[in-house]
Amino acid sequence: MANTMLEVKDLSTKYVTRFNEGVYAVDRVSLKVEEGKSLGIAGESGCGKSTLALSLMGYYFPPLHYMNGDITINGNNISGLKAEDVRKTILGKEVAYIPQAAMNALNPTRKIIHFIEDVILEHEMYVTKKDIYGRAKKLFETLGLPPEVLQKYPVELSGGMKQRTVIAISVMLLPKVLIADEPSSALDVTSQKMVIKMLKHLMEAGFISSMIFITHELPLLYNVVDDIMVMYAGQIVEKGSSHEMVFDPIHPYSKGLMGSIIVPEKGLRDVKLTAIPGVPPNLKKPPAGCRFAERCRFVRPECRVTDVAMREAEHGRMYRCIIPEAELREAYAREEHKNG
Amino acid sequence: MKHILQQVFRSGKFVTGFSIFMAIILIVVFYPMIITDAPLSIIGQGTFFPPGIYVSVYDSLSSTTYILNLDDATTKRITNKLNDEDRVSIKEWLVAAGIPESEIDTTDTQKLLDQWFTNYDSQKNVPGMTNAKRNYYVRLNTALKSLLSPEAAAVMQVNPLNNELEQIGTINQTDYVNVGEVANIRILPLGTDNFGRDVLTELVSATRVSLQIGFVAGIIATLIGLTLGLLAGYIGGFVDDIITFITNLFIVIPPFVLLILISFSIGQEQRGAFTIAVVIGFTSWVWTARAVRSQVISLRNRDHVNLSKLSGHSIVHIILNDILPYILSYVIMAFILQISSGILAEAGLSILGLGPRTTDVPTLGLMMNWAMIYQAHILGNWWAYMPVLVTIALITFSMNLMNTGMDQIFNPALRD
Amino acid sequence: MDKEKKPYLSAKGVTKSFGFGRQKTVAVDNINLDLYEGEVISIVGESGSGKTTLSKVLLGLINQTSGDVYFQGVKRDISSQARKREYWKNIQAIFQDPFSSYNIFNKIDSVLLDCINMRGGVYFPREKKTEMMIEACSFVNLKFEELTNKYPFELSGGQMQRLMIARIFLLQPKILLADEPTSMIDACSRATILDELMHLRKEVGMTIIFITHDIGLAYYVSDNVYIMEKGRFVESGAADDVILRPKEPYTQRLINDVPKIYEEWDLSTV
Ligand SMILES: Nc1ncnc2c1ncn2[C@@H]1O[C@H](COP(=O)(O)OP(=O)(O)OP(=O)(O)O)[C@@H](O)[C@H]1O
Ligand SMILES: Nc1ncnc2c1ncn2[C@@H]1O[C@H](COP(=O)(O)OP(=O)(O)OP(=O)(O)O)[C@@H](O)[C@H]1O
Ligand SMILES: [Mg+2]
Ligand SMILES: [Mg+2]
Repeated sequence: MANTMLEVKDLSTKYVTRFNEGVYAVDRVSLKVEEGKSLGIAGESGCGKSTLALSLMGYYFPPLHYMNGDITINGNNISGLKAEDVRKTILGKEVAYIPQAAMNALNPTRKIIHFIEDVILEHEMYVTKKDIYGRAKKLFETLGLPPEVLQKYPVELSGGMKQRTVIAISVMLLPKVLIADEPSSALDVTSQKMVIKMLKHLMEAGFISSMIFITHELPLLYNVVDDIMVMYAGQIVEKGSSHEMVFDPIHPYSKGLMGSIIVPEKGLRDVKLTAIPGVPPNLKKPPAGCRFAERCRFVRPECRVTDVAMREAEHGRMYRCIIPEAELREAYAREEHKNG
Repeated sequence: MKHILQQVFRSGKFVTGFSIFMAIILIVVFYPMIITDAPLSIIGQGTFFPPGIYVSVYDSLSSTTYILNLDDATTKRITNKLNDEDRVSIKEWLVAAGIPESEIDTTDTQKLLDQWFTNYDSQKNVPGMTNAKRNYYVRLNTALKSLLSPEAAAVMQVNPLNNELEQIGTINQTDYVNVGEVANIRILPLGTDNFGRDVLTELVSATRVSLQIGFVAGIIATLIGLTLGLLAGYIGGFVDDIITFITNLFIVIPPFVLLILISFSIGQEQRGAFTIAVVIGFTSWVWTARAVRSQVISLRNRDHVNLSKLSGHSIVHIILNDILPYILSYVIMAFILQISSGILAEAGLSILGLGPRTTDVPTLGLMMNWAMIYQAHILGNWWAYMPVLVTIALITFSMNLMNTGMDQIFNPALRD
Repeated sequence: MDKEKKPYLSAKGVTKSFGFGRQKTVAVDNINLDLYEGEVISIVGESGSGKTTLSKVLLGLINQTSGDVYFQGVKRDISSQARKREYWKNIQAIFQDPFSSYNIFNKIDSVLLDCINMRGGVYFPREKKTEMMIEACSFVNLKFEELTNKYPFELSGGQMQRLMIARIFLLQPKILLADEPTSMIDACSRATILDELMHLRKEVGMTIIFITHDIGLAYYVSDNVYIMEKGRFVESGAADDVILRPKEPYTQRLINDVPKIYEEWDLSTV
């Protein structure tokens, strides 16, 4: 049985705004990533994926606040630790984070090589600058970045170059768990492939034990991760293996999401993509019942009343809906039949 | 904004620096309210009175006397009078007279005196002693005897009627006055300086003036540096070339040299504290200008500036709204550094004798200057210069602490 | 494409290089581009191939090293501030990185208000302005009540990006340069937003340049696709031709590298 690298139980976190209101962006999330496995997170933008990523590291600073839940990283329970301790002991070596704002994360007044020197020197004592340069150069090459990039300032790089630079900086220390928040949003398909190849290589070689990958590009996600988790309005609505999730989603939201994948093939231009009308609920006061109720085709009166729990489907999959799996599948089949 | 402030005030370094600085400011503000003396009024006739409590002897005479019989009064009195040189001489004589050296302890006054009075004999011939030395010992002996005598001292006064000296009272060795009843006492915690001015009052006032000089210089330097840096960085091109040229000119000539030259050419009489502050301000903006320029250059291609342009905003609007707020933390840091370097520059100038004219206000630099001219450091009158040094050090130290504290927050390696 | 019509925006031999000597990078290398009114094109290319630089040159945000840009048939003149502002009334952009597109010291309302003001709505009553902002937000699937009075850093990446698109709904520019406008938006909302945008384009006759690495998206929305490599266009033409029947090996490789669902995605090619 493989080691569990990252386990989270019932984690809830919130933002406290300037007006002292809570934005409950992560609500009772439980997940588990085993050694050698990777987990993908998808979901509507604004549903709390980045917040979950930040919360997973136990690194809380205002306005983000921890509410409750347990976080275990590589066997250490870190839920009670102070931000400063987490920064010193966990970040970098145990968990590394590639922020979504990667393109904006580099201080514009310093050269790339200086960031890398800083990161390495903070954790390793006996390295020479030449060593660091050599290591950085090698890593940059596997990401398709020319070594001259090391001597440039962030403003002199293209969006994709900056993003790859941040990825390189984050994996430089070979963290046990890597959390990547939309690491490829500015990358062309080829660079994307290079990044994925490098990450897969690091995982296969055992340098990185587990990975959490957040992206909106479902085809990419499908190819990268073992399991996919779909989030909606701060909650997990469905999880399962990536193949099941892409080809056989159960929850109506996942179904809608998977239905809007664009792949460049003939005839696509005439197809009307599935869209789910409406907007997600306000996370300041989430509704009492099912959070997806307002936008759901199959909504029933009882949906709006009680909190819906995750329930088990076949193959140990989980989804959050009061309608039984079989009934949902039937409804999907009927719809498909109607559309031809 | 609130979070940033919270963060800043959670930084240990910043809080330490800030507390020291605020303490200095509080003292500077409240001290003159309590001690209202003019800081430059000369109160002492003579130079460098040591720190202490000064009690008027004249007033003590007319105060009620109380008799206190204290056992160790005599010893204390003698201990106080008998200086170290005398003690060593006594020891010399005693050794020469054959007392074993190990039995003599110059710090134990009572025992030393006992040994002296039992052994001393003015007739005794000590080998190798000069005549002068012999006379010295005779005088010393008499002085000690009179110290020990229980006789009262008489207080005499000239009678205005017949111009004769009359005794109006006696002072016994057991007479005491209550300090609280003496009309005139003056506490001089840091003594007086070479002109006989209260050093503490002068120091507080000097700190205030120096801080003001620092602030004025800092504001002027920051304003000039900021404006030129913003213009050069944002507009670029020809404007940048001109401004960079001027900046480079100022860099080639070290600002301090320039400062000396300007100060010198203004002439002693024209140099008030304000003038000096302005001169310092006008010569020290270069660094700020360069730093601001490079910050602005890294900002001006950011997309939010581009967006602002596309939204039809004017250059002024963009500079004020989209550039300035981003470098504000940086400018504040530069401003703080300018203040502390302004204070140091004033001190430097004044030590060279090129500071503000010496007649109206004291400054930290002027105090150092006076202490140096009157050789306080050679004479060992530490109170005339040490407190000044400590104040300068504290001000610059606290400001630099604040700066490093802020720097850690505003410029982390990776922003997130 | 109607070849009789004059191009609306065109670039003739536009070159942009950064740095000098050994440090010199030619980001955009002698690009010729004709864009007709109402046309939607996509520029696709590898990271660092000069797409953003080209778009900034077209926008007049950076000066080209050589070459000319023609707007409405005449050589573009943006030598003075006033001329620039006039030009920017017609051409707008969505920048690549939403996280650096906002002034973090301003509330997001001001971004939308600027747009209304720019379109001559300075003296509109408050209610009207709010109404316009609500409408613009609803185009991009956002609720204005949830956003008003917030600072940009209180939004998620996708929300920031959608707000940038909402700007376009308010501004209705003649030309839109959208640099990866939907890279952080989920597939579902993306479909809705793109449809709305295409709708708006038809309504006001907007000309759009998409810069994207999402070949599916390029194919879905654009009439013509330009493939860019190292500052040059290596292939261009109708979307069907370029994407379904690519001729250049570079284009073939790009298309081959697109992550697939139904076929295997071969990692060994890079
Ligand atoms: N301000 C600058 N100074 C120097 N070099 C620059 C500058 N801006 C861009 N470059 C260089 O120009 C080239 C093209 O950059 P550009 O941003 O146009 O790429 P891009 O096609 O948008 O890539 P991406 O998809 O990664 O955003 C890159 O090699 C980059 O390093
Ligand atoms: N600092 C903040 N203060 C208040 N609310 C915030 C803050 N940051 C984010 N939020 C809100 O929390 C919710 C979740 O944001 P989060 O960034 O986690 O979304 P996300 O799932 O990562 O979306 P995206 O895919 O667009 O990046 C959003 O609705 C956002 O408006
Ligand atoms: Mg996010
Ligand atoms: Mg780009």
